[in-house]
Amino acid sequence: MSTPEPRSHSFDASSILRNAHGNNDPVEPCIKVENLNLFYGKKQALHNVNMEMPKKKVTAYIGPSGCGKSTLLRCINRMNDLVDNVTIEGRILLHDDNIYDKSVNVAALRRRIGMVFQKPNPFPKSIFENVTYGLRIQGINDKRILEETVETSLRGAALWDEVKDRLNDNALGLSGGQQQRLVIARAIAIAPEVLLLDEPASALDPISTLKIEELINELKEKYTIVIVTHNMQQAARVSDYTAFMYMGELIEMGATSQLFTKPTKKQTEDYITGRYG
Amino acid sequence: MIKVWFKSGSPWIWLNAAAVSTCLIMVIGVLGLVAVRGAGHFWASPIVSLNYQEDDGQVKTIIGEHIDTTVTPAVMAKSTGFTMADNEDVLIQYLIKTGNRDLTGSDFRWIQERHVKAQTEPANLIVVERREWGNFYGQLAAVKEGDKVIATGEQAWTVLQERLNVALELHEQITHLEKKEVGAINYGFEQLRLKQKGLELKNAWNAETAKEFAAKKAAYDVDYKRYQAQLAELYQKIRRDSLVATTESCAELVIPLSKVVEVTQPNKMGVFTKIGHYFKKLGYFLSEDPREANTEGGIFPAIFGTIMMVIMMSIIVTPFGVIAAVYLREYAKQGFTTRLIRIAVNNLAGVPSIVYGVFGLGFFVYILGGNIDKLFFPESAPAPVFGTPGLLWASITLALLTLPVVIVSTEEGLARVPKAIREGSLALGATKIETLWRTVLPMASPAMMTGLILAVARAAGEVAPLMLVGVVKLAPTLPLDGNYPFLHLDRKFMHLGFHIYDVGFQSPNVEAARPLVYATSLLLVLVIIGLNLAAILIRNHLREKYRALEG
Repeated sequence: MSTPEPRSHSFDASSILRNAHGNNDPVEPCIKVENLNLFYGKKQALHNVNMEMPKKKVTAYIGPSGCGKSTLLRCINRMNDLVDNVTIEGRILLHDDNIYDKSVNVAALRRRIGMVFQKPNPFPKSIFENVTYGLRIQGINDKRILEETVETSLRGAALWDEVKDRLNDNALGLSGGQQQRLVIARAIAIAPEVLLLDEPASALDPISTLKIEELINELKEKYTIVIVTHNMQQAARVSDYTAFMYMGELIEMGATSQLFTKPTKKQTEDYITGRYG
Repeated sequence: MIKVWFKSGSPWIWLNAAAVSTCLIMVIGVLGLVAVRGAGHFWASPIVSLNYQEDDGQVKTIIGEHIDTTVTPAVMAKSTGFTMADNEDVLIQYLIKTGNRDLTGSDFRWIQERHVKAQTEPANLIVVERREWGNFYGQLAAVKEGDKVIATGEQAWTVLQERLNVALELHEQITHLEKKEVGAINYGFEQLRLKQKGLELKNAWNAETAKEFAAKKAAYDVDYKRYQAQLAELYQKIRRDSLVATTESCAELVIPLSKVVEVTQPNKMGVFTKIGHYFKKLGYFLSEDPREANTEGGIFPAIFGTIMMVIMMSIIVTPFGVIAAVYLREYAKQGFTTRLIRIAVNNLAGVPSIVYGVFGLGFFVYILGGNIDKLFFPESAPAPVFGTPGLLWASITLALLTLPVVIVSTEEGLARVPKAIREGSLALGATKIETLWRTVLPMASPAMMTGLILAVARAAGEVAPLMLVGVVKLAPTLPLDGNYPFLHLDRKFMHLGFHIYDVGFQSPNVEAARPLVYATSLLLVLVIIGLNLAAILIRNHLREKYRALEG
């Protein structure tokens, strides 16, 4: 594998955003990543990443395994804080507020930035309790509110019709695809602004994958979505913008249609044409 | 050929199978022996009447229960001093429980089978289970009311049963009065005395309080006198009747019915009567207090004490162990120190239990208890309250003893909770402590229960440390009763394990107590199995609920 060239990529991010759908509508950025470096111990996992993720659009991270796309995603809701020995430099701005500021309440931040993981991880509780988990944490115990939220969230995650008669059953009795949609419902129940999806369909069968993809298309009406995937077709299908990462660096980012058809970097082209990765 | 056989792995399988079978046989053997010997104790065995030629040539009658038979080879018998004829290969001896200790001085007698001239089982032989002096074996002659004979011969048996039922009823009333009512008054008196002393120590004792206390005492006195009168009346009634029985040597013996627990004619009983009698005796064994230096009667206080102590220990050890494990696994920085602590905790499990007993006595009883007494119970001095072995210190000592297993299992349980679940909770805006309380701890609860099961199994069977920190041969009162504050953690208690040791090795009448040792052992095993079963059921329920761990 060839060593990538000098590690400095600065984007004129706004120019990319403007060209998204070939029109000139101004696009409001939701999350900005500025000069982000991340180290696991002494090993650097992210190299000076700069990018912007537009509001109410789907941004996909693609790249070969171990390229740092999940690490970058987990930086956005500070999940990497849990890892021992991790050092993070740079800033991530959510609506111009640095989420790595000392004054930030991490729990409150995570309420604004929901996350769905690779493997469905419902709690061993009833479906109802899974969806209301986030609300109960916030001290909301009003039965009426909880019931309403459960219905809207499950409808939002396209699961309501399948589970409405067995809300009190254990969530672990659901199929993998249903569990993943339940986890999405759980995430949107606390009304976040951003949804981070970490390879949400990689553990699912094709039909469940299709359902999740359809769901992502619906969800972007309301939420800013960032999705990590190693499936390029999926990225092409669901995302508005795509970022290609390689060896901890952001190689290229642009409107999905453009990146897949006219990549500007050689590495991107090699990857999407299947020459490595 | 043999090489192929070795390569096939069959010898290995056989070896494994043999090991497992050996374990099984040993376990079943132990349980079987204890079960058979222990459970057989309550069966009404027949009473034999033997015509026996004593060494001096005289023929006498011996009445009793046939307990055991031994066969000794002639050579060995000769060397121990028996004279053996040339045509005798073996010496057969019987152990006969002859009872009547008050008359003969012993309960048991070894006799030689070759000197038994005749053996019968007369139907009219009776066994009298007495509150003192052990069993009586003989024949019923008459029933007396005061000094007047009211029934003899055939009639005596029926009259005796009626009178005995009345006497037992009276006895129960007397025990109830003495233990509950008079006991409560004594307890009240003692509390008053302590309060008075406490007030005097604080210099708050004045004429007014003196008057108040005097009034209370007077009220107790009135009650006390009333109960005394009742008791006197009951005693008079219960002492009225007695039975007259003749022994094998035709001596007459008068046994007051107040001293009788039960009279039976085992030789007349059918199988069903015997079964009924068996369960009656079993119930008695489980529910009554021990008598005669623990060699007779029931073992209820020991069962109660064992269960009570195990429950107290569980209440103490579970929170402590869980909190320690949570800190070690979830909060402490995993490094050299944590590893060192973990090793230390694991090694604590290997410390001999008597060492814990010594520590419990030295630290908990004398230092902690002594200081508690000084601070909170100055009025009791010089008598200690907590500065003496008792239920609390025994429970805490055993909690310390079983802490390692709870910590280790809980840590394992916490480690098994998938990271994905924790992250899922954190991603929903839960803090670490919320994640712990709402998700991780419930999911680790089956592991906590496993730890508790191991702890209970170890604690319930532990005897050595308890002898130092709270168990006694005979506790006059239970640690739980109707007197405020109901749970008396300072009291000493009885314990099945110690009871076995005491009955088996410390009693004046070891032979008589032997079946009781087996019966108590059986019960101890059953109690431990019961406690474990309860915990296992709870754990399985929890596992079913949080079965995500397998995913």
